Amino acid sequence: MALLTKKDASLILDPLADNNPITIQVLGICSALAITAELKASVVMAISVIFVLGVGNVVISLMRNVIPSKIRIIVQLIVVATLVIIVDQVLKAFAYELSKTLSVFVGLIITNCIIMGRFEAFALGNGPWKSFLDGIGNALGYGVILIIVGFFRELLGSGTLFGYKVLGDPVKMTGLYSTGYENNGFMIIPPAALIVVGIIIWVQRSRNTALIEDN
Amino acid sequence: MSDNRLTFKKRLHILKHRYRGKKMAPAFNAFHTFLFSPDETTHSGSHIRGADDLKRTMNTVIMALVPVLLFSMFNTGYQHYAAIDAANGVARELSLWGNFFTWENLWIGITQVLPLVIVSYGVGLIIEFIFAVIKGHEVEEGYLVTGMLVPLIVPVDTPLWMLAVAVAFGVIIGKEVFGGTGMNILNPALTIRAFLFFAYPTWMSGDKVWVHEAVERAGGPDAISGETILGYLAQNKVDEYSYTISDMFFGFIPGSVGETSTFLILLGGLFLIFSKIASWRIMLSAVIGSLVMGLIFNGVVDAGWITETSNFYGLMSFEFWKHLIVGGLAFGIVYMATDPVTGSQTNRGKWFYGFLIGFLSVMIRVFNPAYPEGVFLAILLMNVFAPTIDHYVIRGNVARRMKRLKNATIFPKDSDSKEEELKVETV
Repeated sequence: MALLTKKDASLILDPLADNNPITIQVLGICSALAITAELKASVVMAISVIFVLGVGNVVISLMRNVIPSKIRIIVQLIVVATLVIIVDQVLKAFAYELSKTLSVFVGLIITNCIIMGRFEAFALGNGPWKSFLDGIGNALGYGVILIIVGFFRELLGSGTLFGYKVLGDPVKMTGLYSTGYENNGFMIIPPAALIVVGIIIWVQRSRNTALIEDN
Repeated sequence: MSDNRLTFKKRLHILKHRYRGKKMAPAFNAFHTFLFSPDETTHSGSHIRGADDLKRTMNTVIMALVPVLLFSMFNTGYQHYAAIDAANGVARELSLWGNFFTWENLWIGITQVLPLVIVSYGVGLIIEFIFAVIKGHEVEEGYLVTGMLVPLIVPVDTPLWMLAVAVAFGVIIGKEVFGGTGMNILNPALTIRAFLFFAYPTWMSGDKVWVHEAVERAGGPDAISGETILGYLAQNKVDEYSYTISDMFFGFIPGSVGETSTFLILLGGLFLIFSKIASWRIMLSAVIGSLVMGLIFNGVVDAGWITETSNFYGLMSFEFWKHLIVGGLAFGIVYMATDPVTGSQTNRGKWFYGFLIGFLSVMIRVFNPAYPEGVFLAILLMNVFAPTIDHYVIRGNVARRMKRLKNATIFPKDSDSKEEELKVETV
């Protein structure tokens, strides 16, 4: 017996590729640009969003029949804000250095379009289990892109991955640096993330031409 | 088969026919049409054609660049030896045939500048060929000029692999993703320059990179300086450089490879204007723009608002017209701002576009704390705004002609209904 029905599985798998929140829906770009200079920050951000969106979708879905539609945005905001504060406090308690790197962007998960988008578009109209899968799926789709972008930006920009010196030591001139290689400072600045995301979109659409919009 | 007796042209022609309709066809067609004028004529209909196709246009710009390239080779060597002499305290008097146009200067030029040209063309054209084959169109000529501009706007000691990475980035992200030659928003050569500047700032700015070997010798007993005039001024060292105005004008100063000789750039610019390749409106208005900004800064200094202790004093007090003969301003105005693809298309728009390039270049030059040059940033910025400028020029044109039409006698002046009809038509 399959763990998930085919329909349920597509709730998780679709946002990973053909309905990706970043590359197809073009949501959540701001945080993708801001925090992907390091892989570690990208991973933590992805996990945070998975938590917030998974739990948040369930909460909203459970409350969907009692929320007056006029004030639903406010209710949604309160739910996100609560969850984000939990994430923020956990990070401050257990990963203080990292929470300083992420600084304001953990708080800004509240304004991440993906979260409000999923609440509005899915959780308000579906049951808790489906909403949970949808939330996890979309947050994973977001996280995958974040991690891909973070991987390339940290590797090319700083020569490290998770802070570990992959390409050698630029000060002692070991590894690749002894051949005259230098870190690409362009990859550290946010515009590079935009270009990496653009390249991902390009690759994705040339592999699956059905995604290309008509003009 | 007596293939050996065929000429090169004939062989290309045979290859072209053999691969007609196949994937690799554009690669052979490109060589054939670049080296020889095509022997095919249009088969259908009658067309009016100019004699200058895109390849001839590009070749004309390259012709205008050749003197600059040759001069830059000699100057690279001259600056190298001049810096060594300066470090050893030897007085050096410039003599054109004595110590400028010499074989040892040219040799340094050949070993330093030619590799830049080769890498620039090699990488750029390989990418162009790959994209032409994948997309199934003819190889476009756009890279011919870009490939020559790129080596001229980088510091002489730029590592070749950096140049290769930057060229790949500039051609793919700056041009091919937008649809290739003629579709790009930003000037590809400047995109490459901007990429280098943000990716490898230590190789693109400072007082070491502008003279050959200054980086390698830094910190050692035989260290030499490669400071540019703008570099001195940015540090408020107003009187510490010993270059005369004629040095600046004829280009016997350190700087990016091809930017130094305002004189040769001026000749190239006149050649481009008289061959009607480049727009004189953009060039003239850019010169005016930079002079105006320079005058404003001079005025601020004269009014006593900026004292000698200010960080900006050096560049602000620099006589306004001298901005034109140092740094890359002249090169940028003549060869980059006039790019017909990324610049303004309307005549009135060209005046605004050029003026703002000159104006912003000098402004960024003075106020940029990290880098005492601003031409490439100003041109890239105005590239982005060029379509907006054109849009408003065209709207203005439409409005003016509407007004003229309304005042024309064909409609009675009091007939409101006719006016409204006209409005509907133009919307």
